[in-house]
Amino acid sequence: MTITEKILASHAGRQRVTPGENIWVDVDILMTHDVCGPPTVDIFKREFGEDARVWDANRVVVMPDHYIFTANHHAHRNVQLLRTFAQEQSLPHFYDVGTPRYKGVCHVALAEEGFNRPGSLLIGTDSHTCTSGAFGMFSTGVGNTDAALIMGTGKIWLRVPDTMRFIFDGALPPYLMAKDLILAVIGDIGCDGATYRAMEFVGEAVYSLSMQERMTLTNMAIEAGGKNGVIAPDEVTVRYVRERTDAPFEEVYSDAGARYYSEHRYDVRTMEPVVAKPHRPDNKAKVSEVAGTRLDRAYVGSCTGGKLEDFEAAARILKGREVVIDTYIVPATTEIGRALHHTMHDDESLHGIFESAGCLMGQASCGACLGGPKDTFGRNMGHEVVISTTNRNFPGRMGSKQASVYLASPLTVAASALSGVITDPRTVLC
Amino acid sequence: MDSVIRGEAYVVGDAIDTDQIIPAEHLVYSLKRPDERRLYGRYAMSGVPASGQGLPQGHVPFTALDSFRSRFTFVVAGTNFGCGSSREHAPFALAEAGARAVIAESYARIFFRNTVDGGFLIPFECIERLISRIQTGDMLELDTVQARLTNEDRGDSFTLRPLGDVARILQAGDVFAYARQAGLIPMAP
Repeated sequence: MTITEKILASHAGRQRVTPGENIWVDVDILMTHDVCGPPTVDIFKREFGEDARVWDANRVVVMPDHYIFTANHHAHRNVQLLRTFAQEQSLPHFYDVGTPRYKGVCHVALAEEGFNRPGSLLIGTDSHTCTSGAFGMFSTGVGNTDAALIMGTGKIWLRVPDTMRFIFDGALPPYLMAKDLILAVIGDIGCDGATYRAMEFVGEAVYSLSMQERMTLTNMAIEAGGKNGVIAPDEVTVRYVRERTDAPFEEVYSDAGARYYSEHRYDVRTMEPVVAKPHRPDNKAKVSEVAGTRLDRAYVGSCTGGKLEDFEAAARILKGREVVIDTYIVPATTEIGRALHHTMHDDESLHGIFESAGCLMGQASCGACLGGPKDTFGRNMGHEVVISTTNRNFPGRMGSKQASVYLASPLTVAASALSGVITDPRTVLC
Repeated sequence: MDSVIRGEAYVVGDAIDTDQIIPAEHLVYSLKRPDERRLYGRYAMSGVPASGQGLPQGHVPFTALDSFRSRFTFVVAGTNFGCGSSREHAPFALAEAGARAVIAESYARIFFRNTVDGGFLIPFECIERLISRIQTGDMLELDTVQARLTNEDRGDSFTLRPLGDVARILQAGDVFAYARQAGLIPMAP
């Protein structure tokens, strides 16, 4: 069996599962946020009663992150609904807005707070919940109804997915990031190339990556339609997890004879920086093919491209230089936001580098990745042409359906911010 | 699940993602309060660029300006309908506008699950590329038992893929009703 099949089998109380069968599994962690949490709670109460208790308060994680820094009163009302529910249910893992506990983007915060543990099964009310699979676990996104059923029972039905295996050979060159690898995969197999299937990432290049970079790979599995992305654990995984939680976990690995739906092999030494052109994440082009395309703004942020190492990459290029277009810096989490102040690159903090470069600094949240309320920091309002480290570029994704969004790595976004046109990071990396 | 559904078609293209079905700025409204939930009907499909709204001619809003309900019963789409986010607000918005079923060449996984588990819409898969055989405004009749779609205006009839296992959830009403019938959770409070 593959790692995905093994984790599903163990959570179904079974020795074996076979791709294609529908099974009921026990959920280890349910995560929700301010957009899908309130309607999930409504359905939970409708179905289980106004006074019903969640199946296990220790396994419910509530992380408001989407519409936080806005004057929108409906958005504030929704956070208040979560607050009330967390109090009613005495939820220990509520990360309330306006308190020192506030974290920001849930997928990154789940890792920071130690909820991602090898071998476990995590379900979230957000499509990018597949991010957690970087920790050798099963994770996927669902809607409010499925989440409400989990809230009441701790269970969900799942169809066991076939697994596609992606092998990245070679050592990653300094001008490439995980974002380039996953954009290449999505471009090759298409936005529905992995629909209903697991995407398992292996190979020397994958295991040379930090946990943050591995999360970029699994994060965008959903952009190929994948049910989950997964990377088997190694000592890097175990070290990261052990620094954040004492909870027990069990490492799970694919069997040598596991059956795969397909295998896809890449040699990273021959790959180039890539972008996804408007208006689809699979609309791939080499940066060298679109270099010179005029831009109006640049954006570094989100669960995909707003982690500390994404900012370290951008800072490597922006250090001592100035951007020529509006460049938005939005840390995924408050922990990353604080780290920007004390993480140094050549004796200057990342925050200092970005300020000196003329970047616009935002607060930890999903920000403009998905548009959101009109007053969202960095949201597109017109015909902007944007290069962004985020994950989707369908029409209107970042706020305006007249805008055009190119998806790229933090290195490519930073290089492009310096020139105002799409720029290959190899031309500015020294 | 009714055995026969009849109404007008609204045709869109490939890879209509959930941001096009219901733009993220609208996700702040309650899905429960009647005064707010009807706004999902108003803004359903409003994220589709105008040229792609109601094919083949385009520029046909799914829900007329200042209205909360759509005149269209069926959404007919190409491949990967509902890709993108996990927001259940997407099938909810289509249902709130009055749509009863979607006929698409293929679906994104989470959208498909949400339509079924929430009991919002019936998601049929077509075998042919029906977005080139059906035009916005065509009168359709869907036989949900025989998995057959008839285009009354053009005299065409199409076989759809059977619903398979999910038919049991749709027949029950939603995943809660199904789970109760199956004895997986206690009866409703």
